[in-house]
Amino acid sequence: MKSSVIVFPGSNCDRDIAVALEKMKFKNQMVWHKETTLPKSDLIVLPGGFSYGDYLRSGAIAGKSLIIDEVIKAASSGCLVLGICNGFQILTETGLLKGTLLRNKNLKFINKDTHIKVINNKTKFSSKYKKNQILKINIAHNEGNYFTNSKHLEELNKEGLIAFKYCDEKGNVNNQSNPNGSLESIAGILNSKKNILGMMPHPERMIDEIISNTDGVNLFSSLIN
Amino acid sequence: MKFSVTVTLKKDVLDPQGKVVENTLVNMGMNNLKSIRQGKYFQIDVDEDDQLTAEKKIDEMCKKLLVNSIIEDYKITKN
Repeated sequence: MKSSVIVFPGSNCDRDIAVALEKMKFKNQMVWHKETTLPKSDLIVLPGGFSYGDYLRSGAIAGKSLIIDEVIKAASSGCLVLGICNGFQILTETGLLKGTLLRNKNLKFINKDTHIKVINNKTKFSSKYKKNQILKINIAHNEGNYFTNSKHLEELNKEGLIAFKYCDEKGNVNNQSNPNGSLESIAGILNSKKNILGMMPHPERMIDEIISNTDGVNLFSSLIN
Repeated sequence: MKFSVTVTLKKDVLDPQGKVVENTLVNMGMNNLKSIRQGKYFQIDVDEDDQLTAEKKIDEMCKKLLVNSIIEDYKITKN
């Protein structure tokens, strides 16, 4: 499997995701945002960070960078695209994913390990997880409060496009276990073709027992098959 | 030609920053305050003599970058 990680000025999880991909035997390339061609890739990753210092809106400027046209083309021809944290914000700004990410409800930057539940495990990103499996994954964001219109929310629920929801350690999804005020506790969503996943939690930080846990590994191993 | 663009959150979108500012002002004794919504303001200067063409261009800027139409409304004013 070949992967490309797009690097923007202000990306800061690009090397973490590269380490995770290489550990899972992806042949990975880093691609600078000013490039106008993408290497042949099975997976494109938009990493976490603060592209362009979150100026205007998180992900807004990165969403207009030169390489994004190529990402949109690749995505529409079925290439897998994963956006993590700022990458998720960029995906919503490009229109590849619907909805948007608002400021956290408590107005605080949240950096903590939180629990999420696998809502749909029948996707290329999550097939190695069990349905309703509870994962402990780090979140680190200021704008992670997912919002969309009621029509799209209905579509997300009907079509199984909600990938992950925030929950507590027992799997309860409620206001107490929702860290940022996200609509229906949504932590990650897919597009209608299910080849694009955007998520606020950082699976690339959960690939090694030495520094955290290995709850993120199966996301990458799902992609390999 | 100079224009102002005011960007505000749509009515149904929660504005936690505005709420905190509002609560603070109430705590400071501004008791007649009804509500506050926080927004953004852009001053734009375009090299164009025709107002209609200029406004169209500003509108395009808003739609393509300045405004996220899912959550925000905007108003263009000629200065």
